[in-house]
Amino acid sequence: MAMTAKPVDLTTDLGFLRLRNPVLTASGTFGYGLEFEPYLDLQKLGGIVVKGLYYGAREGNPPPRLVETPSGLINAIGLQGVGVEAFAAKVLPKLRKVETAVIVNVCGADDDEYAAVVEYLDRQDGIAAYELNISCPNVKKEGACPALSPRTTYDLVKRIKAASRRPLITKLSPNVTSIVEIAQAAEEAGTDAVALINTLLAMAIDLETRRPKLGNIYGGLSGPAIKPVALRMVHQVASRLKVPVVGMGGIMTGADALEFLVAGAAAVEVGTASFVDPDAAGRIVGEIERWCAAHGVAAVRDIVGTLKTT
Amino acid sequence: MPIERNARLREVQRWGDFFRFAIDAPAVGREARPGQFVMVKAAEGTAPLLRRPLGIHAADGGGIELFFKIAGRGTEILSGKRPGEPLDLIGPLGRGFTIPAAAVGTTALLVGGGRGIAPLYFLARELAAAGARPVVLYGGRCLADIPLRERFEQAGLEYHCSTDDGSFGFPGFVTELARREIARDKPAIVYACGPDPMMKALAAITARHGVPAEFSLEAVMGCGIGACWGCVHRIRTEGGEGWVKICEEGPVFPGERIQWP
Repeated sequence: MAMTAKPVDLTTDLGFLRLRNPVLTASGTFGYGLEFEPYLDLQKLGGIVVKGLYYGAREGNPPPRLVETPSGLINAIGLQGVGVEAFAAKVLPKLRKVETAVIVNVCGADDDEYAAVVEYLDRQDGIAAYELNISCPNVKKEGACPALSPRTTYDLVKRIKAASRRPLITKLSPNVTSIVEIAQAAEEAGTDAVALINTLLAMAIDLETRRPKLGNIYGGLSGPAIKPVALRMVHQVASRLKVPVVGMGGIMTGADALEFLVAGAAAVEVGTASFVDPDAAGRIVGEIERWCAAHGVAAVRDIVGTLKTT
Repeated sequence: MPIERNARLREVQRWGDFFRFAIDAPAVGREARPGQFVMVKAAEGTAPLLRRPLGIHAADGGGIELFFKIAGRGTEILSGKRPGEPLDLIGPLGRGFTIPAAAVGTTALLVGGGRGIAPLYFLARELAAAGARPVVLYGGRCLADIPLRERFEQAGLEYHCSTDDGSFGFPGFVTELARREIARDKPAIVYACGPDPMMKALAAITARHGVPAEFSLEAVMGCGIGACWGCVHRIRTEGGEGWVKICEEGPVFPGERIQWP
């Protein structure tokens, strides 16, 4: 790189939260963050979204939990996790020493549990925001979750927003007839941002045994296979909402991430890529920076929502 | 646990669907212990998407060896690689077999089924170096399933073969060979790696004879580093039992902790 090249301004402003750069890690693909310390400098990331937390420890689904499909991965983990108390006692003290935004993905079997998780975490330091997980397809029958209806989305977001002292990012499901309608319900209920997309409800079959390849029968599809769907939904939602959009779905490279920014996302989350390359999120930050420098983009936020449709 | 993006394939040996790779990867080789594994990228691009977990077959300061069988698209692509080609791998990962501090002079029985033999060659050599007497039982469905015989021979290791179809060695399951061996001369410890039904049967035999045993479990893995929670197995824990990540707490578990399906 030429010595005269000006450094690219990667800072990203979500309004309620200023990030070092637009690259976050997607919940459920980055553990509790610390698993990745041997592979990348967590402080180079815009932030970490940790694995979804219920109030108590949660057992998850029986295996097989993963099946690979063409350029994709179907998972049915079922949000196995340690619960808020173990997270606060064992993980959070270590994450506090990392200078990056820690966003906690909040789950609940019902509205009361979501509220209880947020009330507990509100008493802990070192959390920048909550990502309200209303869209995991793997915990109830047939992928049921609050994000499938504007009404349940509105009611839950309204309640959690009122209960929480921290900014709220609502993570939406793609398994709906109108993603815009759901996103608008979340916005009307007061969410500070929306994140999309969660995984697409999917399945894989072993023809020889005529059995599903997942213990849970259905799972959530992620990876490069879903990127075109995700881009479309991010564009639709970002075009209609006032609150910032965090985009995700199959981002493997800096170019993928930049496409989401152009489509209207203010920030992105890197998911399945971290399974393939534990340092993927860090690499993507560098690739965004180099692309911007090579294209004369002084600040990455300048390209957000710059899709030309005419 | 380095990411070794510039490992280099040095040597390939092939027997039908079975392959042995010798790989230049000093950082991985120096740290590797028997029972640990590496996550290998089969190809650039997104198909296949995930890395493949492969048990470490041998290791020294220069690198590692892998022994695998073509089991799907990922291993099929890997099998087409030629000496001199680069390999992208992460490892060594997981917790391997434990070699008791007082191993000198004791007998250890190593039971491998099919491609499950991969880590036991590494383990047998380490046990021998620690002064123990490793006895390897190597089973397969047929003669073509047990190609590593020469390698154990060359290493001067004691080994006995079995084939399900009786085409070579003991005719029958390797678990029956193990049962006879345990009844004849009770070993200090049993180590095993192979298909689940084999290990489940062996777990029952070792438990009945009161012999401590360690089993290396296998599962589809998303990441290999504890992040995806995909590779779980039913394991007894302090608080009862639960789905435990094979990549992080295993792949090797003591027999008494494993709940077989």
